[in-house]
Amino acid sequence: MAETVLRVFRGDASGGALVDYKVPVAPGMVVLDALHYIQGHLAPDLAVRWNCKAGKCGSCSAEVNGRPRLTCKTRMDELPKDEPIVVMPMKSFPKIKDLVTDVSWNYRVNKKIPPFQPRPGADWKISQLDVDRVQEFRKCIECFLCQNVCHVLRDHDKKEQFAGPRFFVRVAGLEMHPLDGANRTGLLKDELGLGFCNITKCCTEVCPESIHITDNAIIPLKERVVDEFYDPLTMLFRKMRGSSEKRT
Amino acid sequence: MTTNYEVREHDVLIIGAGGAGLRAAIEALAQGASVGVVCKSLLGKAHTVMAEGGIAAAMANVDPADNWKVHFRDTMSGGKFLNNWRMAQLHAQEAPDRVRELEQWGALFDRTESGAILQRAFGGHTFKRLCHVGDRTGLELIRTLQDRGVQQGVDCYMECTVTRLMVENGRFAGAFAYWRENGRFIVFKAKAVVIATGGIGKAWTVTSNSWEYTGDGMALAYEAGAELMDMEFVQFHPTGMVWPPGVQGILVTEAVRGEGGILRNKLGERFMEKYDPKRLELSTRDVVARSIYTEVREGRGTEHGGAYLDISHKPAEYVKKKLPSMYHQFKELADVDITKEPMEVGPTCHYMMGGIRVEAETGQSSMPGIFAAGEAAAGLHGANRLGGNSLSDLLVFGRRAGMAAAAHAKKTGYASLDNAQMQYAERELLAPFSNKGESPYAIHRDLQTVMQSLVGIYRNAEDLERALNELQMLKARAAAASVEGSRMFNPGWHLVGELKSMLIIAEAVTKSAMARTESRGAHSRIDHPDLDKAWGQKHNIIVEERGEMVRRELPIPPMPDELKQVLAEQQ
Repeated sequence: MAETVLRVFRGDASGGALVDYKVPVAPGMVVLDALHYIQGHLAPDLAVRWNCKAGKCGSCSAEVNGRPRLTCKTRMDELPKDEPIVVMPMKSFPKIKDLVTDVSWNYRVNKKIPPFQPRPGADWKISQLDVDRVQEFRKCIECFLCQNVCHVLRDHDKKEQFAGPRFFVRVAGLEMHPLDGANRTGLLKDELGLGFCNITKCCTEVCPESIHITDNAIIPLKERVVDEFYDPLTMLFRKMRGSSEKRT
Repeated sequence: MTTNYEVREHDVLIIGAGGAGLRAAIEALAQGASVGVVCKSLLGKAHTVMAEGGIAAAMANVDPADNWKVHFRDTMSGGKFLNNWRMAQLHAQEAPDRVRELEQWGALFDRTESGAILQRAFGGHTFKRLCHVGDRTGLELIRTLQDRGVQQGVDCYMECTVTRLMVENGRFAGAFAYWRENGRFIVFKAKAVVIATGGIGKAWTVTSNSWEYTGDGMALAYEAGAELMDMEFVQFHPTGMVWPPGVQGILVTEAVRGEGGILRNKLGERFMEKYDPKRLELSTRDVVARSIYTEVREGRGTEHGGAYLDISHKPAEYVKKKLPSMYHQFKELADVDITKEPMEVGPTCHYMMGGIRVEAETGQSSMPGIFAAGEAAAGLHGANRLGGNSLSDLLVFGRRAGMAAAAHAKKTGYASLDNAQMQYAERELLAPFSNKGESPYAIHRDLQTVMQSLVGIYRNAEDLERALNELQMLKARAAAASVEGSRMFNPGWHLVGELKSMLIIAEAVTKSAMARTESRGAHSRIDHPDLDKAWGQKHNIIVEERGEMVRRELPIPPMPDELKQVLAEQQ
């Protein structure tokens, strides 16, 4: 059977090193299979987060040969064969151990977002067309690869000011829900820091669910914020009224 | 004295954060209880996320003739009448409300022309009954419940594993657990616990289940003295992927057949015409799984030992729209374009019909203070579960268990925690670091081989006897298993605890399968191929007595006349 070398980060927050493991390669094998082989035969304490191994839960995110991927969907036969496959933890989150990072910040951000609030008197008849638009956002499996790759978080570590693409996708799903009656534009502008995004589309590129994060979620949300807070007529109106009353 | 451990107190402790656990948490909170949810993984990653086809609920949006009685009848007949009839009744009656409630919490289902929730056909359901979101219904369900729970204020302990339930004077007192991240111990003091930990698929080699499915909750309840029931009924889903090897077992949703997919053998024959000419591909799962298995065994299987499942006669756009994750799964993992060519599929271990014996109305187990819901509980599905009845099960009985656990907590105080029990739990957890045995991974592989080859779709006395012997040897090896490294996020160490759970449950399955000398639903005995009337009147019960696993039989209570009448009515 063919063999390949996996070069895996071993270590924790205090440091670590890349360690080489020789792994037999079977047809159709994915990187997560190789990591499981290492756990089962070579290093039983290798820390890897995973659940479904079917691309549905978004647990096994890592950086394979420098690219943020779900390891359960990264086929070995699509990677260069004659060099080691390098597997690193996601860079934007604090390391816990080996390939496992501390993603708890994401769960804290999520709590800030007001949930779905049905409009009073909603009759729950919805057209499929309206559903389609929102379902794209609800496909998100929370793998946090978009968070990992976004330079606002990855290079500038603005976690206190910026929610990241995952949560703009979530807000878009709520805001564009045909029966939702809440307004989250103020939150987007202030607490979630939507303005930090300068639409480089890195998030869209790495999304394993192919959600058009930038075009379909972030840009329309930016438009909503602009409409509400920076539209000259509204601003003038607000000045005359002397209030910062929100659009309903 | 519990000063050595981090201690948390909750009225209601919930173990497991899938659909049943989260629904229970939301309900217990609504009843005013303080609630803690403990889960082995991160929130939102539980097995529910993998459910694809839909939620069965007789809403009659597509087929106006549907109603709870038909759903009840379908469930009972799919379960070969071994079901707890009261659970089947409550489930059929309450499922539509639970779906509407999800929608009011923000879930967005596919729609009919008139804007109602769309429903699709599924095996064993008389009418189009499954409310769905393409083929990712479970994700929609878990995300909706997760967001609702978080907003309502549930405390969630993520990547935290319960290893023991503590019982004091015949009632539940608390739970011993550890944090995966740093290996530190934590003790939960609670007045009631809801076990919602799912099934046991990881004891088999070919399974659609995720790593978490190691029977922990059932084993915890068993060790705490609660009864298990109907453990011989393990569902093999007819359609898992069979090629390439790395993806073997990954689920191919029944929705493929619900949307018109056809099964063929290598000769091109539509073999379901032979096994169930009336329902064909939409027969119940036990029948379809056995049919595929038989075709392969008799030499009519595909190149890689499965059957062909073909949906390519439908328009490509329709397939991509209704089965998007199947389309991507096959394209990315198997280089197969399902809009153009057939899939290769074969049976995969999928679901446990048996579990903790519970009261229908409340989910109360035989041990006061311990409740169970979802796959971890037994009763609703009898000898075979219908597709789509699992997600509705989670909602209906998750809610009921949460409500009952909160009510129980209101009328009782905390039981005191026994220091000796905690110290025992700690010693048990730390033993693998000083043991001199082998790696738990090797033992796990051998357990899977035993269950796959000896306690699979078809069983016989000789195989089961051998399996019981093998399990005894595996137990001895597991007790001596040793681990490397530290307590920090150590999967090998973690597996030692799961091995213990899997071995308990595997033994319960094998013992029950050995006793039931008939074939019913998912339990097929080659040496006893027919239904047996006497066995149709009783459940197998597994319970621990003086350290021994004991099997007993429990008669099914007589069905009230009004339900008998419902069963007798023809559509």
